[in-house]
Amino acid sequence: MKTTLLLGASVALFSTSALAQENQNDPGQIHGNVSITAQQYNPDTLINAVVPDAETAMNAFTNLLYTRGNFRAGVRYETYLNRLEGYPQEFSGTGIGYRYAGFTNDKIDITVGNFYDQFGNGLILRSFQEPTLGIDNAMDGVKVKVNPYKGVYLKGLYGKVRTAFDSRIINSDGFVRGFDGEVNLNEMVTKMEASKHRLTLGGSFVSKYQSDDDPDLVLPENVGSWAYRANYTVGGFGLMGEYAYKINDPSLDNRYIYKPGQALMLSTQYSTKGFGIVLDYKYNDNMSYRINRDAKLANAMIGFLPSLTRPHTYNLAATLYPPAVQVNGEVAYQANISYKFKRKSPIGGKYGMTVAVNYAVAYSLDSTLNHGNSNSRYGYESTFLMPGEEKYFQDFNIEIKRKFSKKFKATLMYLNFVYNNNIQQGARDNEGNEVPGTINSHIGILDMSYKINKKHNIRTELQAMFVDKNDAGVLKHQGHWATAVVEYTYSPHWFAAILDQYNFGNPDDVFKIHYLIGTVGYVNGANRVVLSYGKQRAGLFCVGGVCRTVPASNGFTLTLSSSF
Amino acid sequence: MFERYGQYFLNLFLYLIQSLVRYLYYGFQTKLLNMKKIFALLLFVGITASVSAQDKLPSVQIKDIDGKTVNAQELNNDGKPMIVNFWATWCSPCKKELNTISEVYPDWVDETGVKIVAISIDDSRSNSRIKPYVNTKGWEYEIYNDANKELFQAMGGVNPPMTFLIDGNGKIVYTHNGYSPGDEDELYEEVLKISEE
Repeated sequence: MKTTLLLGASVALFSTSALAQENQNDPGQIHGNVSITAQQYNPDTLINAVVPDAETAMNAFTNLLYTRGNFRAGVRYETYLNRLEGYPQEFSGTGIGYRYAGFTNDKIDITVGNFYDQFGNGLILRSFQEPTLGIDNAMDGVKVKVNPYKGVYLKGLYGKVRTAFDSRIINSDGFVRGFDGEVNLNEMVTKMEASKHRLTLGGSFVSKYQSDDDPDLVLPENVGSWAYRANYTVGGFGLMGEYAYKINDPSLDNRYIYKPGQALMLSTQYSTKGFGIVLDYKYNDNMSYRINRDAKLANAMIGFLPSLTRPHTYNLAATLYPPAVQVNGEVAYQANISYKFKRKSPIGGKYGMTVAVNYAVAYSLDSTLNHGNSNSRYGYESTFLMPGEEKYFQDFNIEIKRKFSKKFKATLMYLNFVYNNNIQQGARDNEGNEVPGTINSHIGILDMSYKINKKHNIRTELQAMFVDKNDAGVLKHQGHWATAVVEYTYSPHWFAAILDQYNFGNPDDVFKIHYLIGTVGYVNGANRVVLSYGKQRAGLFCVGGVCRTVPASNGFTLTLSSSF
Repeated sequence: MFERYGQYFLNLFLYLIQSLVRYLYYGFQTKLLNMKKIFALLLFVGITASVSAQDKLPSVQIKDIDGKTVNAQELNNDGKPMIVNFWATWCSPCKKELNTISEVYPDWVDETGVKIVAISIDDSRSNSRIKPYVNTKGWEYEIYNDANKELFQAMGGVNPPMTFLIDGNGKIVYTHNGYSPGDEDELYEEVLKISEE
């Protein structure tokens, strides 16, 4: 009730002040969107399809955003009746899940209510929403952004973290305080304005408070963390780095040890017309940072630890063995090189050809356990920056894109994944048991697109994945897979597609199943309706590199999205 | 006379928004509100919103390709049409769209003076790839990064690619979600329409 009153009051306050300053004729604008996903479930014992008691499920979001001059306010209405199968259990019911009001002028920007934000790369603070995956750690409180001097950007925030939704926002008991400062030297120092050397420096401090009600352990109630970052570019060269540190923070993730955490991200790149190279390094050790010590999966996060791999979009590459970032610790490297052979060159052909090579690998930490030590609550000792011996994941891939004529273009891709399932735990066999050990897979993809005329286009994807055998000579996990996609588009309104994912190499003949899905869609400007019917494989569902596991299902799915 | 109407609309609007917020809150607190009412309300607000006159990009901070903070409100094309496109390095239809347009972009600029602002929503997992990707492909667009999707969400974005066409007065005249080959022709027709005016 208190928050309600506060919000109402601030809306009134802000709009009055906005009124005084703005052009009286401007009625303001309303923007927003509606996004609905409804699913109907049929029983299918062969693929272990889930049929909830209610037989259908729907997730829906409606955002209503109002701006008038310097004033803004908005709400999001959320519906989970019931939540889609596989969606995190923290979401249920129907009601308002996000609301805010805010005010901006040249120097200051204030938001009250809910907000999302990120400090630097988000290592110690990232509040964001990924509705398709069920991630929403919106903050609820006050945020102030100030631009006191040219090139100087300050942010301060204070609030609770949204941890669940049950027809209303469920916030954490504890809260978060944070401050971030960033200086762009080229803007600040007049002499550097025209310089080719561009330099930005930043630093942030975040502290969380959660009371200690543990009967046995003396837990730190206030956990502080800080981070420093720099970004330097000159022409096509760039160097970025961020270091973060967190004091001891016993939690379910780290099994209640008192070791502090630290992380480092480094990235350097060089690119010029037709050529680009990126080298990335990431070290994170005990950096899981949540508002609830006993939270799991993507719940109650304050900080965000990015994974260092190329996010894939092709069906087999994206859904079977995508790696999850290991929050307790990993050391990762990545190199990415792309080169465009020029048009009208011997290799480039008439329209040019692009080749991209990407290699990413993640290792364990170089650590020793502290067992037998009186200080074993410290957990383990680790060597900063050094990788350990266990490989968690590896992804090597080459992609060649070539345009052959005005009408025809094709992409050829090869990928090799090394997936340590003892760590990643994403691979389950026919009986639903976790597959032990490491799975090595090779994927080949051919994507061809033919433009029939100005508006009609047909595209096909052929994909095959081959896995290695275990010691008993049996193919690992679910064996080999193949996927075929045919997609027909009639611009600007219609599209239809058929996707067949075929488990032709399953070690058990009964499970050599076709997962066939047909889709029809209609697009009109910002409105989009898509209806699909078919079998959906159980597995990982990823958007932008973030994944969640979805159960097998069989039935209709209707998605509707509209922006205004 | 128009000023009076404007004033009227304005007051109505502010009243509406304030009541909306209060109504929703008290409604839910006291369990007086249900789904039907909400949707009727949304419909009403939606219709009222279509009256809106002057659009402007929201005041949200994004980064340019060298890491400099820029307020989205400052994006403009000196009174000529501007296309704001949200994309990501992991989004294949997005890349197809921008690569296709890239081939004809110099013609578009010559004929209409249009400018394309391509805002990537890659987060810290992949935003180090933006500049090398753009350079390899030789894109001549203005490139930004909205790493936490704050601008994307403030503009009502759902999934990328999302394209907004903004006229010389800063008004959003056309929005498109998704990309199929050929969609760029429809977009260009819309650009031609507003640049002829």
